Amino acid sequence: MSQRKHLPSIHVPHHKNTAACETVTMPVPDEVSISMSQNIGAPCKPLVAKGDYVKVGQRIGDVEAFVSAPIFSSVSGTVKAIEQVRGSMGGFETHIVIETDKKQEVSEEVKVPEINSFEDFVKAARDSGMVGLGGASFPTHVKLNPKNLDECKYLVVNAAECEPFITTDNREMVENGQDVIDGMKMIMHWLGLERGYIGIETNKPDAIANMKRLIEQNEIKDMEVVPLPSSYPKGAERVLVYEVTGKTMNAGVLPAQLGVILDNVSTIGVMAEYMKTGMPIVRRRVTVDGDAVTEPKNVFVPIGTRIADVVEFCGGYKKEPRKIIMGGPMMGRATKGDDSPTMKNTSSILCFSQEMAEVKEETACLNCQRCHTACPFGLMPSIFADAYERKDVDTLNRFNVMQCMECGSCSYTCPARRPLSMTNKLAKMMVKEASK
Amino acid sequence: MDKKFHTNLIVSSAPHIVTESDTTRLMGTVILALVPAWAASIYIFGFRALLLSVVCVFSSVLFEYLYNKFMNRPQTVGDLSAALTGLLIAFNVPSNFPFWQAVIGCLFAIVVVKQLFGGIGRNFSNPAITARIFLFISFSASMSTWPLTRLETATDAITGPTPLAILAEGSTDQLPGLGTLFLGFHGGSTGEVCALALIIGGVFLIVRKVISPVIPCAFIGTVFVFALIATGSLHMALFHVLAGGVLLGAFFMATDYVTSPKLPLGQLIFGIGCGIITMSIRLFGSYPEGVSFSILLMNICTPLINNLSYKFYLKEGGAKNGK
Repeated sequence: MSQRKHLPSIHVPHHKNTAACETVTMPVPDEVSISMSQNIGAPCKPLVAKGDYVKVGQRIGDVEAFVSAPIFSSVSGTVKAIEQVRGSMGGFETHIVIETDKKQEVSEEVKVPEINSFEDFVKAARDSGMVGLGGASFPTHVKLNPKNLDECKYLVVNAAECEPFITTDNREMVENGQDVIDGMKMIMHWLGLERGYIGIETNKPDAIANMKRLIEQNEIKDMEVVPLPSSYPKGAERVLVYEVTGKTMNAGVLPAQLGVILDNVSTIGVMAEYMKTGMPIVRRRVTVDGDAVTEPKNVFVPIGTRIADVVEFCGGYKKEPRKIIMGGPMMGRATKGDDSPTMKNTSSILCFSQEMAEVKEETACLNCQRCHTACPFGLMPSIFADAYERKDVDTLNRFNVMQCMECGSCSYTCPARRPLSMTNKLAKMMVKEASK
Repeated sequence: MDKKFHTNLIVSSAPHIVTESDTTRLMGTVILALVPAWAASIYIFGFRALLLSVVCVFSSVLFEYLYNKFMNRPQTVGDLSAALTGLLIAFNVPSNFPFWQAVIGCLFAIVVVKQLFGGIGRNFSNPAITARIFLFISFSASMSTWPLTRLETATDAITGPTPLAILAEGSTDQLPGLGTLFLGFHGGSTGEVCALALIIGGVFLIVRKVISPVIPCAFIGTVFVFALIATGSLHMALFHVLAGGVLLGAFFMATDYVTSPKLPLGQLIFGIGCGIITMSIRLFGSYPEGVSFSILLMNICTPLINNLSYKFYLKEGGAKNGK
């Protein structure tokens, strides 16, 4: 791959403290709470009722809509309640609360899918319950079924993992590299893609070495590892597509429209596991870290396990937790309490003490334009912030606020501690509202 | 449920981590970059230069503190911007400048130029530069009485005129050599004399990415080219770069974030404008020096320059990744 100019990026501390921590499986908790809103698109409807006995891998939530993915029970036990809970996004979600019997009986529904055609493959992808495990939780089968399949030539695997702290993709490649390769092979075979690229930041030398070794061992000619600079946000969809293929894309454009199928590395690895074993996504690898956690670890967590149970497995809190983030510190969401359950896209649980949780006081803008130079797309967040305050939709549109992907680089670099990423989000909502 | 959950957590918008660099650190870095020039000025002009800068810094911080106190505004002396303004005012007046006049200059800079327009981030012109012009007009006698440097121990001279003043009088044979200008042993404002120290500070700021090199390069480059064309002599072109306040202005005052354009194209126009106005005043105007006027005038043009550069920025699609 020829050397091309990189998009602007920022240096954030990596904090990859758990990069060498082999993933351990936590015991089944007494209770899980499985959300029916675990993907972008339509939320699922519960398929079970209170009092039903469910088994591991049993489909407990699904919906007719195209952009959706089914949800499976991660435990065996009895449905204790189906309740409305305020989720971390602010709205109400349906949760199925299951009291576990710890037997982990496997459902009869779990069987290896038979794949003879492209249609079978897409159906199997949906039946695996896969969504983007990197955090976006976009249903995988939708990505694998683009309208312009004939034009798609490349598979780009997102293994950049540019968020600080998180090491789950790294562990997937180190522990489960063969599944990733097999998953890539399957996708490239059924979608008729020409070439596969695995984009990995250079701060993950073990993962790069392992993937290169496996490609060589399997004598694969049409895949390659693309080392990326270790700077944020190389794992953002539009940044990664540019860094790997040189193609530029605007907000709202799907990679498939540029002939690229893009998926997260863990998503591909876990999906390949399903194709081999028939077990859909019922657990996921979670990085547990932060200065309030006693033993930072990578843990296989049954989906629906409450944060408090996961942290307890990691030795509990060593300091009073004041902020708990699901996902990375740059784009993850702060949750309101540690009773929140883990979901398919919970790549990490970060527990910060008061010292790290404190929201710094905002001071006046100095016009230093660090936000502008940090922005991968060269946007001008300081102008957005002013225009948002004035409710000036015209200026927001003129300066392309809708191109913002909310990566948080502007807020991170701002010496005046202005929450620019937040004002960008609010400004985008204002623009959407105005165009209605 | 018998387990106790933590449900009183802090919820805020991402990102949840921020860089360590903040306003205080940026201002501190600029002050640090001024230390070589400050040390040089104390060496060249003696103890009075140190005393003057202490008076200016102290009174600037005090005025900022009192203004915020009386106006019930959040206290901003901690961000070091007032201290920086005070130091720059001291740099911009002769080292034998009367203290009471210097204090009035600080009052003008902090209260009138900065705070009355909304405080840090809202002023339209650089407070230190505007205060210098204010003092120049109000106390022109004190502002053009230059002390002797430690090398000029002649008994018959009581003041050491600046190189630019000598040039304006037309006595080119008495001009100091480029070496003297570079090291700073000549008449001038407290902080502007030692070119070497100012270049060290300016390069430090560029390397630390506190300032972008666009404005200083455009400013100094324009002065050099303008002088080269106007005088036809390489020696005089270098003379104009090293003499007077060009280096101090280009590295430390024209690059003030608040009062300079946002985009590189705007900064280029700004720097070239500063250079042209400076040289026009020096060669064709009635004042020997034009740096402060040039920066003030370009500060005023900044919103217009911004609008112009936005047009080019948006023509390119704005976002770099856009089609």
